[in-house]
Amino acid sequence: MSRDAANKKLPTLSAGSIVKMAGDLSGKLIQRNWKRFVIAVPLVWLLIFFIVPFVIVLKISLAEGMIARPPFTPLFEWAEDLSFTISVTFENFRFLVTDDLYYSSYLNSLFLAGKSTIICLLIGYPMAYGIARSRSDIRGILLLMVVLPFWTSFLLRIYAWMGLLNKNGIINGALLSMGIIDEPLNMMFTEGAIYVGIVYSYLPFMILPLYATMEKLDESLNEAAADLGGKPFTVFYTVTLPLTLPGIVAGSLLVFIPATGEYVIPALLGNYDTLMIGRVLFDEFFSNRDWPVASAVAVALLAFLVVPIMMYQHFQAKDGERS
Amino acid sequence: MTEFKKPIVGDRPAFDAEAEPFIDIQGVGKKFGVFTAIDDISLKIYKGELFSLLGGSGCGKTTLLRILAGFEKPSKGRVIIDGTDVTDMPPYERPVNMMFQSYALFPHMTVEKNVAYGLHRDGVSKVETRERVADMLALVEMSDFAKRKPNQLSGGQKQRVALARSLVKRPKVLLLDEPLGALDKRLREHTQFELMNIQDKLGITFVVVTHDQEEAMTLSSRIAVMDKGNVIQVGTPSDIYESPETKFTAEFIGSINMFDCHVKESGRDHLVAHCGALAQDFYLDRGVAVKEARQLWLAVRPEKIQISRQSTVENGVNELPAFIHDIAYMGTHTIYRIRLANGQILQATTPNLRRSSEGERNLTWEDAVFVSWEPSSMVVLMK
Repeated sequence: MSRDAANKKLPTLSAGSIVKMAGDLSGKLIQRNWKRFVIAVPLVWLLIFFIVPFVIVLKISLAEGMIARPPFTPLFEWAEDLSFTISVTFENFRFLVTDDLYYSSYLNSLFLAGKSTIICLLIGYPMAYGIARSRSDIRGILLLMVVLPFWTSFLLRIYAWMGLLNKNGIINGALLSMGIIDEPLNMMFTEGAIYVGIVYSYLPFMILPLYATMEKLDESLNEAAADLGGKPFTVFYTVTLPLTLPGIVAGSLLVFIPATGEYVIPALLGNYDTLMIGRVLFDEFFSNRDWPVASAVAVALLAFLVVPIMMYQHFQAKDGERS
Repeated sequence: MTEFKKPIVGDRPAFDAEAEPFIDIQGVGKKFGVFTAIDDISLKIYKGELFSLLGGSGCGKTTLLRILAGFEKPSKGRVIIDGTDVTDMPPYERPVNMMFQSYALFPHMTVEKNVAYGLHRDGVSKVETRERVADMLALVEMSDFAKRKPNQLSGGQKQRVALARSLVKRPKVLLLDEPLGALDKRLREHTQFELMNIQDKLGITFVVVTHDQEEAMTLSSRIAVMDKGNVIQVGTPSDIYESPETKFTAEFIGSINMFDCHVKESGRDHLVAHCGALAQDFYLDRGVAVKEARQLWLAVRPEKIQISRQSTVENGVNELPAFIHDIAYMGTHTIYRIRLANGQILQATTPNLRRSSEGERNLTWEDAVFVSWEPSSMVVLMK
């Protein structure tokens, strides 16, 4: 190639590369904007439906109760002389600590939710395992049966349980007519009825994430463990259990968190002696009309529940790192 | 196919009628519902052998391996390993370990813990476990990766860990399911030799399942060729290649050319068969116990065929006029597809002994040639 030709070729080359660079850049810009857009949608959603309401609740929890509409003092005030006052009080939170009603109902709720979670896990784990190991043609049907209750309203299903557990209910009727018992069992309005309601309602939330992790499990891992001398229980304990731990954590949190704040089930199936934070919250809002204290209860409950959520996040991040 | 040093060559128990089989598979069959995975198999495998189960997919080779491991219970028959009937023994009690096709490494454990798993189950002391794991990892050259998790390893490294894990318990028998299947070609060749080395060093009996005939040929002391749940033929790689007993074996392993013939003359030390389609007699210089007029296949391997421009054989014994139909240059050798008078295509391979370039190839398309082979090169396959 002559020197002329080489010289002529230079500018075209660089022009081409500039076009290419520009193209790359605009591509990157579009890509970056697209990424921003994709992130923005859920962010806006969260802002409107979670962060804004939460800020409002937080604001009310820092106000004082008063007989007015709305029933609490405003946080910011513009006086007529244009002086600006912010009145913040932590009295409501202090009140939560002093009155052991709140303290014991928080504990009660956590305890009840914890126990329900364990029961759900004990029932859900073998069920999920059974579904994951079932023949592929019936697996879909089994999964459908797990989620089928969602087709009916949650409230209706709890009412159905009332019909079952009542003194004149179906279970008592059946047992009486078979002569197994002489007088009706007292099942309604007991703590047992609350467990039945919660376990029944939240079991699918345990089964589905468990199923999702178990379905991915490679059967040959179990075989390898057995081949290396692991008896069935040892294989479960050393291989299956640790590998399904992410599903156990996810399912437990999905049951534990809503069960802690559960209101409908204890209100309809439980007795009034079982203090639960959901009911306390309801009573503060609607019976006492003390919105600031009710808001403080709600904020404190959220703070309690943030801890397990963070644990879950941490676990998921670790899991993501691993696979 | 090259033959390497085989551990069995020293004492060859497989050819000693008195020898006790180490693994004795007696009339084993396995049905899944209406599907017959294994029809009826009896096999004797001897101590220190590297025995291959070779066959296409669905031939029952993996099922047989899983029966040896104890993952499947045979529908009939017995399995005896080292004198003990293990037919009803669960996998965790058998003196057998398996290397899985997918390697099945525990993803939540490090390499070290994976290898130690079997020793923990046996209650081996901590000190001894550490020692044996370290030894095993050194054997498979994975000592530097002891603290890694399986997902941080390449395919070849996983395979080594899986091998170490299945060997660390010093099993009486090691079962390998497609051990080289997931490796690329270069790694396969390397690992193949390594497997044979390790087998030689430890003297463990290996049973390998493979669909790859080349893998079976290079690795094994003996091969069982399987088809549709039955064993078709058992023999050394050269037995299987040079003296296939059935058309299936002959076609499954390597390439082969067949001629549809009937027996014209059956002597004690020779056989003459006539191929009607080619109007040609073939001469075999050994006796085969067949009656005259019996229909059979005469077969000859591609590399046994000589191609020449002029007739080279006196009396035209086992020589046919033909045309070059197609040429495929493979580097180490050239494959010729040769058209016979009746249109039948023969395959012949010749080694490229000398360096040559495209322009100076001896033979080219549509050249008239003669193909011939030694009277001893042919194989008789019954119909």
